[in-house]
Amino acid sequence: MAEKVLMKGNEALAEAAIMAGCKYYFGYPITPQTEVAAYMAKRMPKIGGTFLQAESEVAAINMVLGVAACGKRVMTSSSSPGISLKSEGISYLAGCELPALIVNVQRGGPGLGGIQPSQSDYFQALKGGGHGDYKLIVLAPASIQEMVDLTFKGFDLADKYRMPAMILADGTMGQMMEPVSLELGEVKEYAKPWATTGKATHEGRNIINSLSLSPAQLEEWNINRYERYKIVERDEVMYEEFMMDDAETCVVAFGITSRVAKNAIMEARKRGMKVGMIRPITLWPFPKDALKKAASKVKNFLTVELNMGQMVDDVKLAIDCSKPVYFYGRTGGVIMTPDEVLNKLNEIEKGEAKQW
Amino acid sequence: MFDKRVTVFMGHYGSGKTFTAVNYALALAKLGKPVSIYDLDIVNPYFRTVDALETLNKNGVELVVSPFAETNVDIPAMNAKSYKMVDDKSRFAVADIGGDDRGALALGRFADKIKEENDYDALFVVNPFRPETRDVEGAIQVKEEIERAGKLAFTGIVNNANLGLETNIEDVLKGLEFAEKLSKVTGLPIKFSAVRRDLISEKTEIIKEILPIDPIKYGDWL
Repeated sequence: MAEKVLMKGNEALAEAAIMAGCKYYFGYPITPQTEVAAYMAKRMPKIGGTFLQAESEVAAINMVLGVAACGKRVMTSSSSPGISLKSEGISYLAGCELPALIVNVQRGGPGLGGIQPSQSDYFQALKGGGHGDYKLIVLAPASIQEMVDLTFKGFDLADKYRMPAMILADGTMGQMMEPVSLELGEVKEYAKPWATTGKATHEGRNIINSLSLSPAQLEEWNINRYERYKIVERDEVMYEEFMMDDAETCVVAFGITSRVAKNAIMEARKRGMKVGMIRPITLWPFPKDALKKAASKVKNFLTVELNMGQMVDDVKLAIDCSKPVYFYGRTGGVIMTPDEVLNKLNEIEKGEAKQW
Repeated sequence: MFDKRVTVFMGHYGSGKTFTAVNYALALAKLGKPVSIYDLDIVNPYFRTVDALETLNKNGVELVVSPFAETNVDIPAMNAKSYKMVDDKSRFAVADIGGDDRGALALGRFADKIKEENDYDALFVVNPFRPETRDVEGAIQVKEEIERAGKLAFTGIVNNANLGLETNIEDVLKGLEFAEKLSKVTGLPIKFSAVRRDLISEKTEIIKEILPIDPIKYGDWL
């Protein structure tokens, strides 16, 4: 095994991007993700890459579009309000069928909100954010090692399916430090015959565009894209099961809250309560089948989130509302303790909890 | 250790300055010294000295920190009382400075008075498991950048080799070896090694000076 190093989430993610072959970074500082930009500013010149602090988030995402159109791996990062600004560009990336990695180190919202961690951009990442018929591959790291691994994976998936991918992290994942291994294997290269790399490299004209003059053609593009999304949903779902074998209550949590939930579950187990967890690693594609399978065995579901319950409906849909779904969340930058989750599990067991 | 009125901890971002400074201040207090810790970090939004507020208060250590630390106010502010660090010579002062040259800027305004009093240590906290200070050249570059920004030359090195919760004693000893190399090149003495308390054993007896570290508890999810 490679020797480990101690890294902050934001730095680890930036280094993983470089190792994935990303030589172009465009961003704008915002807490709690600024270390990504600071790290890129230091590292990019050393590897012959480009770091550019744009005049705004809107400019940065459109620079990303330009580089992606040239077939190069490119990344931008921000935190919640900045992602709102980038959303138009993200929609254009999707419309242009361009691969790129967008990183959201979430903070409290809405509006300017605060700088402490949250998961309240779940809807933004999963249900649009930008306009039009599109999806993002959304990856939710729960450790600094996953900040590394999923960044590497994110670039690969984006290239493979020619679509933008997002790392949906939170302030804690960005700021905390853990030992990581940076042994990531080979970067897989994908042919990009569509890239605008000049006539010396391809026949005819390559045009990157999201505008269609014909409604029928635009419809066809959208239908084709959704055909590709079906393949992603079939082949790329990632999740972790934790103590699910005999579980009667299934906690569903991602990112930082899955760590709180894990501690609560271990405590619940000590008290004889049969609790397990399904942790989505890909939020899109959502682990629908795993949840559906669990629904045939467990009595209850509990989603634990740093928001007002944005994932609850997705769990309900995945299990066809066949079992009660409860919710426990904190928001605005507050992180729950394992005891709070344990209390909720107790309420559920005693039949005192209200369904969401 | 503990022989200077002012001890300033500086180093690379994430090298463990806060852990070291907090534990150093607590150790001074246990010796019965009146001590204040000055959080001059203008870089970090999370994971600050305030996380140790309860422990510091309980042990009689005064914490001087920006009232905005760990709130939603995103301003690199310092507490006005920070001047006590150089003006109140009746108390020991421990300063936790933000990472890299960007963080060290905050020290600049106090540097002249610190030098004038001439009863200080400026300690370079080094963790060779941080990628940018994994070799001597990298560490020296960070050292020089900090000295320029902070307007204060280092007087010693702190070996803070660690991999967070995964640290073992071999890591600490590897760090000591690294610190010795760095000491030879820079001429700075190794002041002490910061070692997590549960790792201290007969194996660590070869380390001359040890500051036992009790980690600051951030949350049960760690």
